[in-house]
Amino acid sequence: MIPPSFDYHAPKTVGEALGLLGSLGSDAKLLAGGHSLLPMMKLRFAQPAHLIDLNRIPELRGICEDGNDVVIGAMTSENELIASPVLRAKVPLLAEAPKLIADPQVRNRGTIGGDIAHGDPGNDHPALSLALDATLHIEGRGGRRSVKADDFYLGLYTTALAEDEILTAIRVPAFAHGTGWAYEKLKRKTGDWATAGAAVVLRLNGGLVSHVRIALTNVAPTALRAHDAEKALLGQAITPATLQAAADAAMAICDPAADLRGNEDYKTAMAGQMLKRAIQAAAARCA
Amino acid sequence: MNAPDKDALDRMAALQGLGDARLRKEDARFIQGKGNYVDDIKLPGMLHMDIVRSPVAHARIKKIDKSEALKVPGVVAVLTADDLKPLKLHWMPTLAGDVAAVLADEKVHFQMQEVAVVIAEDRYAAADGVEAVQVEYEELPVVLDPFEALKPDAPVLREDLAGKTTGAHGPRDHHNHIFTWDAGDKAATDAAFASAPVTVKENIFYPRVHPCPLETCGAVASFDPVRGELTTYMTSQAPHVVRTVVSLLSGIPESKVRIVSPDIGGGFGNKVGVYPGYVCAIVSSIVLGRPVKWIEDRIENISSTAFARDYHMEGELAATPDGRILALRTHVVADHGAFDACADPTKFPAGLFHICSGSYDIPAAYAQVKGVYTNKAPGGVAYRCSFRVTEAVYLIERMVDVLAQKLGMDKAEIRAKNFVKKEQFPYRSAFGFEYDSGDYHTALTKVLDAVDYKALRAEQAARRADPNATHLMGIGLVTFTEVVGAGPSKMCDILGVGMFDSCEIRIHPTGSAIARMGTITQGQGHQTTYAQIIATELGIPSEVIQVEEGDTSTAPYGLGTYGSRSTPVAGAAIALAARKIHAKARKIAAHLLEVGEADLDWEIDRFHVKGDPARHKTMKDIAWAAYNNVPAGLEMGLEAVHYYDPPNFTYPFGIYLAVVDIDRATGETKVRRFYALDDCGTRINPMIIEGQIHGGLTEGFAVAMGQQMPFDAQGNLLGNTLMDYFLPTFVETPHWETDHTVTPSPHHPIGAKGVAESPHVGSIPTFTSAVVDAFAHVGVTQMTMPHSAFNVWKTLKATGLAL
Amino acid sequence: MAKKFVAMKVNGKAVEEAVEPRTLLIHFLREKLNLTGAHIGCETSHCGACTVDIDGASVKSCTHLAVQCEGSQVLTVEGLANAGVLHAVQEGFYKEHGLQCGFCTPGMLMRAYRFLQENPNPTEAEIRAGMAGNLCRCTGYQNIVKAVQYAAAKLQQDQKVAA
Repeated sequence: MIPPSFDYHAPKTVGEALGLLGSLGSDAKLLAGGHSLLPMMKLRFAQPAHLIDLNRIPELRGICEDGNDVVIGAMTSENELIASPVLRAKVPLLAEAPKLIADPQVRNRGTIGGDIAHGDPGNDHPALSLALDATLHIEGRGGRRSVKADDFYLGLYTTALAEDEILTAIRVPAFAHGTGWAYEKLKRKTGDWATAGAAVVLRLNGGLVSHVRIALTNVAPTALRAHDAEKALLGQAITPATLQAAADAAMAICDPAADLRGNEDYKTAMAGQMLKRAIQAAAARCA
Repeated sequence: MNAPDKDALDRMAALQGLGDARLRKEDARFIQGKGNYVDDIKLPGMLHMDIVRSPVAHARIKKIDKSEALKVPGVVAVLTADDLKPLKLHWMPTLAGDVAAVLADEKVHFQMQEVAVVIAEDRYAAADGVEAVQVEYEELPVVLDPFEALKPDAPVLREDLAGKTTGAHGPRDHHNHIFTWDAGDKAATDAAFASAPVTVKENIFYPRVHPCPLETCGAVASFDPVRGELTTYMTSQAPHVVRTVVSLLSGIPESKVRIVSPDIGGGFGNKVGVYPGYVCAIVSSIVLGRPVKWIEDRIENISSTAFARDYHMEGELAATPDGRILALRTHVVADHGAFDACADPTKFPAGLFHICSGSYDIPAAYAQVKGVYTNKAPGGVAYRCSFRVTEAVYLIERMVDVLAQKLGMDKAEIRAKNFVKKEQFPYRSAFGFEYDSGDYHTALTKVLDAVDYKALRAEQAARRADPNATHLMGIGLVTFTEVVGAGPSKMCDILGVGMFDSCEIRIHPTGSAIARMGTITQGQGHQTTYAQIIATELGIPSEVIQVEEGDTSTAPYGLGTYGSRSTPVAGAAIALAARKIHAKARKIAAHLLEVGEADLDWEIDRFHVKGDPARHKTMKDIAWAAYNNVPAGLEMGLEAVHYYDPPNFTYPFGIYLAVVDIDRATGETKVRRFYALDDCGTRINPMIIEGQIHGGLTEGFAVAMGQQMPFDAQGNLLGNTLMDYFLPTFVETPHWETDHTVTPSPHHPIGAKGVAESPHVGSIPTFTSAVVDAFAHVGVTQMTMPHSAFNVWKTLKATGLAL
Repeated sequence: MAKKFVAMKVNGKAVEEAVEPRTLLIHFLREKLNLTGAHIGCETSHCGACTVDIDGASVKSCTHLAVQCEGSQVLTVEGLANAGVLHAVQEGFYKEHGLQCGFCTPGMLMRAYRFLQENPNPTEAEIRAGMAGNLCRCTGYQNIVKAVQYAAAKLQQDQKVAA
């Protein structure tokens, strides 16, 4: 229940935060929403000597449009995503899916950046970012760089973010007209991590799938981009056969960890089920 | 007889007595954040205690090094079993006649067992101190399966019992065996089975779960070395029993021991026993001369405090081909964990499990329960179980469904066929319980009509015939009889103290009152409902009746609140204490009105001269007179105390029906409808009863649909946080429909039976009945809880019904 | 590690204290300020018994550091009533029997208080989803839903009267 002692820093700018990260090195951890890190510290699974609180850095907040993209500050909270009229209009998947994350109080503090940067396969935003073809904006002492979501998730608790870098923003292309979208998340109860989740963004042209991106949550050490499942749908109509083909392709890449939510067979089967539901829901939204 | 006039109705309403949906007295402090729970208590100079716990399930302790911990700033002391040995407190007696380690003495028997305590100036330093205590363990082979535990070559768990071939409950025939207990008539039952035309047998496991009240366990112990007095605030459902135990263990006379149960954030049987944390806090306070607070974390609560259930039951029914039950037989292996710490009445190591003949008129029955040690936390009797009635009702209700399925009979029809009939009450069961009253047929008909049972079965048939159906539909039905109100002292005692309960009432000169009882509410609303009983008995508005419980220095001795015993036992004591006052009041009224006692009638709140209502004295008038104008030979004052030894248990009953829809693709179960009819006899406060039912049904839902305490092969308890231990939120919890009938208890002064454990006891098998019913058409007769989506999916796969 | 000064407002009153950075807000409120309404029911941020209102948002105070409250307005259950007059949510919980042991109640009240500002006219499903971060073991939630509905109606009524 009680975290070990640490020093606390509340920088006001990204530059200040980077300076602290540089000087404190691996003794320091970034504090975003705190609802992954603080519970780990309370159980003493994590014992950083320094916490660098990102909550007082205005440049990490805000949702704005930049050309055809929407740029979301990394410290934007889940509830801010849900309430955003810009997201609702331009990237509705990101205004809707966070309702399935945690609970109302946690959503006031949990951030999209923290959810992505943690590298936790159970988090939802990684799969959403893959389905959205997001670009992650990163800043380090050496400058700024961008990494596509497809290249960001490397392994269990491992991302392309270096120890001395900060994720500053997430850039997402606005949905073209007629884009359908869905996130189906099977969970034991409200607030739980996914037993299996599937994020789908797709477009239809004359009844055939003209664009599709599929990603899966919590069925592997990282979120998974389901390329073969996409191929099974691209250029096809959505029928029971193509749905099953997509589900089969998705299940083939699943490598879930057995836990109290279910064993490998169940989680894999549920990834297939959630994907089928997500494809159907997305297709229904292709107005 | 005139209908009551408006004035009489107003006077009755003003009392807010028996039957009134009176709003709760206790709410005012809780809704303003002014409750007084144990962790709210701060005493000057108070220290904090935290516990070092074993990470392994079975091991020898090679070494405990306190030195680093003692260097942590703020740490004042570190205690181990060696420090408790001179006080002979390193082991303590349990409520079940066993001994349990207070701090592990040379070996640990379950993961998270208490090994050392750290006392510090604040809780943060105490936590740091715990991290710094270094313990060396030599791991031993782990025993987690009670059947494995009874094999000849199984590891010895209880080296401290080496050579002891007799336990508290009879002979022990194996080093990991605790007791074998039985009830009923074995010979008659075996004979019935031998000749029965139809028999069914089923292995039914009731898995281990945990009560998990929202407030964890804790204590603030404060020994005053100047006065030689010990005061301990404690999350205790039985403060007087604790006081007696503490006095016996510590040597401090009971007159100098005060246990206070303040506000308690849910008990559910988790807060009955004496935990090592309490003992260590008390010892620390005595040794250090300062108050010591101990509050456990949630993980500690789930991992080390009293669990519930873990009964492996083999059930058998013998019957005629048309479904008349001839006999019941059951053999149970009970996994008690490392110490037998069950909170049962002494003579009943398996509690009241022998209520398992249920609501049915079964001529012959036999039950045997074998208790076994394993490398798990101790406990077994907890979680609104009424002393193993959860297990008993689960067994019989599952078996009746199994029999119905075998005979192709409807599950409601077979129950009605076998019910004890209304005319048969009081009914003596094959196990010797004397059921006080009941009318099962009326209640069942009421429920079946309310839900249109025929239409539900028709819908289910149509759904089964539809190959494209995405969901299976199940209908669960349970018709249970509870046994609560422990209990008659000749049968029921806790550590030798008979299970009576008590009430004292004192009326003040200006007509208000104070009443104290030996029970202790943990959310049941005693402050509100107890006053209602007195209000109706004495004609004083409940609003001015102050109710107090929980402080052993002021409350009369009682056995506490668990097993739904408060209303049946303390409620009776309250009524009878009030009637003593009523009798004295009559004398005073007669004196004031200058008539004979026999010339007076009592009406609502006053005595009046027969035939002359204008000549009356209210209880308020009499209260004043009691302090200055009483008849010759009568003492001043207006008070009474009553210790009530119940003549029998009480037998509330219920009919529960659930409709579920199971997603064939995911295994998720949606509870479409849950209809709960309860009969608890006289209903003191319908609002509070309904609240208790909602809460018990929700706990039952959690148990049946998601709660589990799985252990891995090393004895690590998995899922001991709220991430995994299933506490449903607003979203998962179904909508509950409640109904009632009223069949008063003939032996209870106000006919009330108690109710709060019924919804937990009865709902759990209802959920199983519904889920299994969804698969009954493909021959499934048994599915082990929890009916999580994953577990149900496995049955879908196995039966070929998965989509 | 070195203590830090933190200045905030709690229930409208200025508070300035030196705290260890690791001091959780729930402990700061309960131990330092003696505001023992908010409770601790778990250590994994699930139960919501510690819920308070920080700068207009419901927050689990067990997962928030006291030092993070620099400059914040914190509202706890002790600050809900106004000059002895209970808030509508408090009245609703009382009238609709929305509590039994009372342990989850302060967290429920603080969440309900903010929820009804986010959604003044909620459906039952919205109430259940909106309160899903608060666990209760006693009530089965059904009467708490009614309590929140009562409060919603009362707040709307009070607004009409005020207007």
